[in-house]
Amino acid sequence: MSVPHEDEARVIPISAAPSFEETDSGHEPDPMAALLAFLRRRVTGDYEVDEFGYDAELTDKVVLELIRPLYHHWFRVETLELKNIPDDSGALVVANHSGTLPLDALMLQVALHDEVGRPLRLLGADLVYQLPMLSHLARKTGHTLACREDADRLLRKGELVGVFPEGFKGVGKPFSERYKLQRFGRGGFVASAIRAGVPIVPTAIVGAEEIYPKIGDLKFLARILGLPYLPITPFFPLLGPLGLVPLPSKWMIEFGEPIRTDEYEPAAADDPMLVFNITDHVREVIQQLLNELRLRRGHAFPPFL
Amino acid sequence: MTHTVLVTGVSRHIGARVASVLAADPDISRVIGVDTVPPPSLTREGGISLGRTEFVRVDLRSPDIAQVIAAADIDTVVHMSLVSAPSRSGGRAAMKEHNVIGTMQLLGACQRSATVRRVVVRSTTAVYGSSPRDPAVFTEDLEPHDGPVHGYAKDAVEVEGYVRGFARRRPDVTVSLLRFANFMGPGVDSPLTRYFTQPVLPTVFGFDPRLQFVHEDDAVEVLRRMATEDHPGTYNVAGAGVLLLSQCARRAGRPSLPLPSPAFTVLGGAVRRAGLVEYSPEQVRLMCHGRVVDTSRLEAELGWKPKFSTGAAFDDFLRSRSLRPLGGVPA
Repeated sequence: MSVPHEDEARVIPISAAPSFEETDSGHEPDPMAALLAFLRRRVTGDYEVDEFGYDAELTDKVVLELIRPLYHHWFRVETLELKNIPDDSGALVVANHSGTLPLDALMLQVALHDEVGRPLRLLGADLVYQLPMLSHLARKTGHTLACREDADRLLRKGELVGVFPEGFKGVGKPFSERYKLQRFGRGGFVASAIRAGVPIVPTAIVGAEEIYPKIGDLKFLARILGLPYLPITPFFPLLGPLGLVPLPSKWMIEFGEPIRTDEYEPAAADDPMLVFNITDHVREVIQQLLNELRLRRGHAFPPFL
Repeated sequence: MTHTVLVTGVSRHIGARVASVLAADPDISRVIGVDTVPPPSLTREGGISLGRTEFVRVDLRSPDIAQVIAAADIDTVVHMSLVSAPSRSGGRAAMKEHNVIGTMQLLGACQRSATVRRVVVRSTTAVYGSSPRDPAVFTEDLEPHDGPVHGYAKDAVEVEGYVRGFARRRPDVTVSLLRFANFMGPGVDSPLTRYFTQPVLPTVFGFDPRLQFVHEDDAVEVLRRMATEDHPGTYNVAGAGVLLLSQCARRAGRPSLPLPSPAFTVLGGAVRRAGLVEYSPEQVRLMCHGRVVDTSRLEAELGWKPKFSTGAAFDDFLRSRSLRPLGGVPA
């Protein structure tokens, strides 16, 4: 269909992130031909997914493309200390979780994909994989179930793995508790990092707390629907679907100094005291980062509020 | 050393191919094939030539198999007589009896035999089930959260239990348990290959499972190696890589029809009664959550990798059924 253009396209150096932004004007392929080639691959099934179901092309060209306007123009996300993310080796990004709906996961993914050129492989709750649509979208965008086997496997392959140890406790906490880290579970993520000998990158996300201020919880209805919570915000369910529009808070994401785990033997992952100590340490570091970053950001809705 | 090999399930495609490969091996003195029905090549229907394989018609559920083993001084048993779908006449009860009771009789006969030195059993990756709560990639040691509770997969779990029991009681016998992904290839006729040859592929709305296939040539090669060499243990067998169901449908050039899962089950029942395609509860779960296994243990043990990746196996299957209206991967 468009073979000469494909040849041309192949000369593009493999720069950091895949080619959503071809700045090298000399080698820029005809966008129409590139689009047709893309569509042909998609329609005939001629593309690859990894064993977890990650579809890099679909993620970059379709899913993240839809989220990028939100990232750049709605939340105006600013990233700090990107140098703390390793270029090509495995690492475990541990971040705070907030915002009622996990938009912070999507923004973190865009930040790492576009600004560091690394796909983020998040470990999600099993609820995600039981729900239609969400389950295959999560897999196609590179994420998998939060379990020991998957975490170990991804880290062994040198992937950048992300976790939100607070889980539903964090993302579903009331607005009054914003920027207070919740409990960190059993520290399974620390054990995985020790087994793989990869660094833990403590990460603070400021801004997600203000997108859907949760001021109440429809617990009864949530239980009927099998959801961990059903939030009441100032605009939801009052304004119906319009209440689902996130408030345009200013976001900042800071990646902290990596915490090394390679000085421990892999067997140390079975030592609960050590794992709890590191878990606490990671939690303190993130809380401190959060406090500093929140001061640095100032108003959530600049320049007024 | 002379070998006498017993192959069960020789009347079905993979069984016949394994028997013919073993019959062509000069180190093997005799190949004895057993099954409940005569192989197609003996009944003028064509099919794979079994070479010098001697066919004995035995119902595995009866104790006759012990006499075959004793009479022929069998030293290697390749057990492939697992039925994956109920036959139209016998139904589920007969299938379960065939799979489970048949294996018990066979293993019982092996246990009493003084000549059997090696037992190779074909199982399936379906023993891992398909669940949203299990890891994305199964290794052999993994205990699934939600093991299978129905049909073929349940039979395979029970068969594996008896095989492990046999391995404990006869530690002098080399026992190899092979968990195959879905077979794919020109000669394979399974519920899944029948599914992909339908004009429209019903899928479960909102789910796009990861699937893995093993090409029949690779399956035969693994079984040949296991039958002629000592490789004790349990091994996953699958082609490299995965395909999503949506990707399979696109490669086959078939439109897919997403149905909400209750409708899928109802429709599945209707289609099954019409005798067309099988949608068992496990299959519906597979259609939701998919299943992928790790094959590094097999590759390390044999020093060999399957020649066909999952994608190549599927493409070979499509080529053999001339299903490629949209072109797919350039040949």
